[in-house]
Amino acid sequence: MTSFSDSLQAAFSLILAFDPALWAVVVRSLSVSATACAFACVLGYAMGAFLGVNRFRGRGVVIGVLNTLLALPSVVVGLVVYLLLSRSGPMGFLGWLFSFKAMVLAQSLLLLPLVTALTRQIVQDAENMHGEQWTSLGAGPCLRAALLAWDERLALLTVGVTAFGRAIAEVGAVMIVGGNIDGFTRVMTTAIALETSKGDLPLALGLGVVLLAVVGLLHALLAALRWAAVRWQTKLAQPLTARLL
Amino acid sequence: MQVWVNLQQVSVHWGTVHALEKVSLTLSAGECVALIGTNGSGKSTLLRLVHGLIAPTQGQVWCLSSLQQAMLFQRPHLLRMSALNNMALGLWLDRQHRLTWNQALEAAWLALARVGLEDVAHHNGRTLSGGQLQRLALARAWARQPQLLVLDEPTASLDPHAKREVETLIHSFSQGRPDVSLLFASHNLGQVKRLASRVVYLEQGRVLADLPVDEFFDAKRLRAVSPKAQLFVQGELP
Repeated sequence: MTSFSDSLQAAFSLILAFDPALWAVVVRSLSVSATACAFACVLGYAMGAFLGVNRFRGRGVVIGVLNTLLALPSVVVGLVVYLLLSRSGPMGFLGWLFSFKAMVLAQSLLLLPLVTALTRQIVQDAENMHGEQWTSLGAGPCLRAALLAWDERLALLTVGVTAFGRAIAEVGAVMIVGGNIDGFTRVMTTAIALETSKGDLPLALGLGVVLLAVVGLLHALLAALRWAAVRWQTKLAQPLTARLL
Repeated sequence: MQVWVNLQQVSVHWGTVHALEKVSLTLSAGECVALIGTNGSGKSTLLRLVHGLIAPTQGQVWCLSSLQQAMLFQRPHLLRMSALNNMALGLWLDRQHRLTWNQALEAAWLALARVGLEDVAHHNGRTLSGGQLQRLALARAWARQPQLLVLDEPTASLDPHAKREVETLIHSFSQGRPDVSLLFASHNLGQVKRLASRVVYLEQGRVLADLPVDEFFDAKRLRAVSPKAQLFVQGELP
């Protein structure tokens, strides 16, 4: 217990002293996960909204596969991306293995099914409730998908934050494709694993605290955004025209 | 009168549920037809069929190709943006008139003013009351200048005051317009008497009575045509 409290105290000292080694890892982690999350959200929102509204042959199979991929282990994604990017792999010519790009690619692939599946469910529910009305007004499937996704933007924002949470907390994929190279591809989770194995508990614990704080901060921001949106709904809304002109 | 919509032996089946069963119906210019019946009798399905939102399982639906339609739903959906922008979006989407966004905004202002909603034009659509929402949706439907307005229980979830307001609007929109037809579903027999020129009674997806409004509310005449419809009107249907 003493060891734990001592480590925690040392961890806070590192955080408050803005230890360069610790903050370099934190910044790299945030960059990798935010970039991967942005890619996954752009693609996942579009694909999920399309799937939520459009009916086509084989849609059930696509949704089934998508839902299965929700349970995709990050190490499997890491392994697949490793095989793709390794020198003898089909994408080996890119030379991305053990780089920032490889980690972003792996995390994007990990998040894409999550964002797509959740977006599909949200937009499909909205479509079931209101799709007929927008069809009646003249909106085709693609426009309907865009309108309903935009209308459910707060729910989709939660999906984005959930995806970011998964990305920043995962260790398997970035460890395999990034290689945990100091000063280059070392991120918070891989550093925690390494420092723990080395016995440097304060640094590992400090990173753990920062990791939790980042996710906590994001959720606090999301809650504030929701609160502001509710307030906005009950007040006079700034007309879109005024914002455009 | 010119026939606008003609349904011939139309059936709509949802799996084992027979929502409509061999329904034949015509709708002509200038008519105001009320669909009444118990819950699940097929009123909404029939409205959606006429409006082209669903296809029949059997039978034929013929609709005048140039017929302009608009539909008002029981709970209109507005996006999370101002009432004005919601209205403008509805008009901008209209394929018949192909308005630019600025033209749609101008038309939206006029339409909102017509139903007395200019004060809430910049309010978020989600904050409007049920009556305001229905008035906005009605104005949005009407601004598209439809020849046939389809209304699915437009006052079902409103308080008596809002109900009367919406009903007055529907009446004012269609009054003295031989080029406009209304097709609406309602549980409110008083409303049916006030608005309809013809009443169609549905039960379990079948049309049991199709009479001019005066004849429909003539107990003797209705009993002769459909005793069940008569029981429904009297509120005695089990």
